[in-house]
Amino acid sequence: MNKAVLRYSDDTQIMAEALTCRRGGRTVFANMSFTLSAGSYLCLRGRNGAGKSTLLRLIAGLVPQSDGKFVVQAGGQALDIKSSLLMVGHLNGLKPALTLRDNAAMFQKVMTGQNLDQAVLQAAAKRFALAHLLDQPVQYFSSGQRHRSALMRFELVSRQIWLMDEPTVGLDSDNRQALAVMMQSHLERGGIIISATHDPIDVEGIELNLDDFAPKQIGQNSLESEWL
Amino acid sequence: MVMTHLPKINVSSAGAFWALVRRDVHLAWAQGGASTLTIGFFLIAVSLFPFGVGPEPQVLARIAPGVLWVIALLACVISLDRLYQADFEDGSLDDLVLSPVGFLGVVCAKVLAHWLSTTLPLAVLAPFLGVMMNLNADGFVVLIVSLLIGTPALSLIGSVGAALTVAVRRGGVLMSLIVLPLYVPTLIFGVGAVDAAVNLVDPLPHLALLGAVSLMAIVAGIWASVMALKLAME
Repeated sequence: MNKAVLRYSDDTQIMAEALTCRRGGRTVFANMSFTLSAGSYLCLRGRNGAGKSTLLRLIAGLVPQSDGKFVVQAGGQALDIKSSLLMVGHLNGLKPALTLRDNAAMFQKVMTGQNLDQAVLQAAAKRFALAHLLDQPVQYFSSGQRHRSALMRFELVSRQIWLMDEPTVGLDSDNRQALAVMMQSHLERGGIIISATHDPIDVEGIELNLDDFAPKQIGQNSLESEWL
Repeated sequence: MVMTHLPKINVSSAGAFWALVRRDVHLAWAQGGASTLTIGFFLIAVSLFPFGVGPEPQVLARIAPGVLWVIALLACVISLDRLYQADFEDGSLDDLVLSPVGFLGVVCAKVLAHWLSTTLPLAVLAPFLGVMMNLNADGFVVLIVSLLIGTPALSLIGSVGAALTVAVRRGGVLMSLIVLPLYVPTLIFGVGAVDAAVNLVDPLPHLALLGAVSLMAIVAGIWASVMALKLAME
């Protein structure tokens, strides 16, 4: 299967309308709206605790929204978001006792039910300069190498929506460039990327500052602020 | 060539489910896995009893069914705190719930893998320890059968406790407090069946009730685990 000729469906849309999320009795963000179509890149900005990770987990369906509407649709039909997205978070999801090759094979098998194509694995490892480490147990990896190993998943499993939480953490400039190239080619194939990052990545996209959706601090009375 | 809905192509839920079962069995036996430790605990803890209560064959034979079942319960509890927590801590649980099998598939696969890799070996080893405990010859077959019928309930009920405490650091003790009382019916009918066989009474009613406990655990345990896991991952 030649990956280069494949394209994701062009009519996929992600829509958030007046999205509000409350966690532990505190409003993380309120009244957020955005629309993303195939091939667009949304870069989430905001101070620590502004809810970037929370928004990513909400999109993945792991955190429920408190209010508002969130839909992912393709051609007017609602899409099961869980089966069309891939996420990488602060934790890398690697098993330290296994080699990188086994980790990748397991990931591929569990996510798709298919066996891993070794050529695909080689290409993915080469992109992040990990080809020489494929048969090393992950427990001997540095944190940067672990993070790059986790980023390899986007090459292994082909899904339209990518959620990335701090994808540039621990990456040197070469690997940051490799990441940008990978993201760019995903966008060109009609993919959608939502990433939360403090570092600039060399990819054109829409910026969304979560500080703009922070709940208004009007006194300590939450009832009062809900009224206003 | 333009292909639409690319993500839906080439995805096999059954393949993913069995891959997840194989993955968990493999990890349970890999370095740092729970299975070897659990089986080691089972062997050592049972062999402490002849030292503790003395080597009189009659005494050992009398307590053998109870000791084997109780230690099997405890061994199972020891293995449980890694059931979801290991994947929760390294972030792979987030990936697993995005796989084609979803929450329900993850729970089913992990419980099945736990039973195959950890509790089933206890049922296999129990007869050998039965010899050491001087278990009456009439009890062996029923001991194996009762463990085979009863151990799925241990994995299933344990999975609820493990899912409830997945986000709790050092939640092992809390989990045993949740799980051990729920193991009581399994223990009563399991030991009851072996005792009945040893005393040459029909063990069938005990085995039937043990089977009923396991069947109820399938229904309630999987559902409760899914709910607890969803809650913990928010």
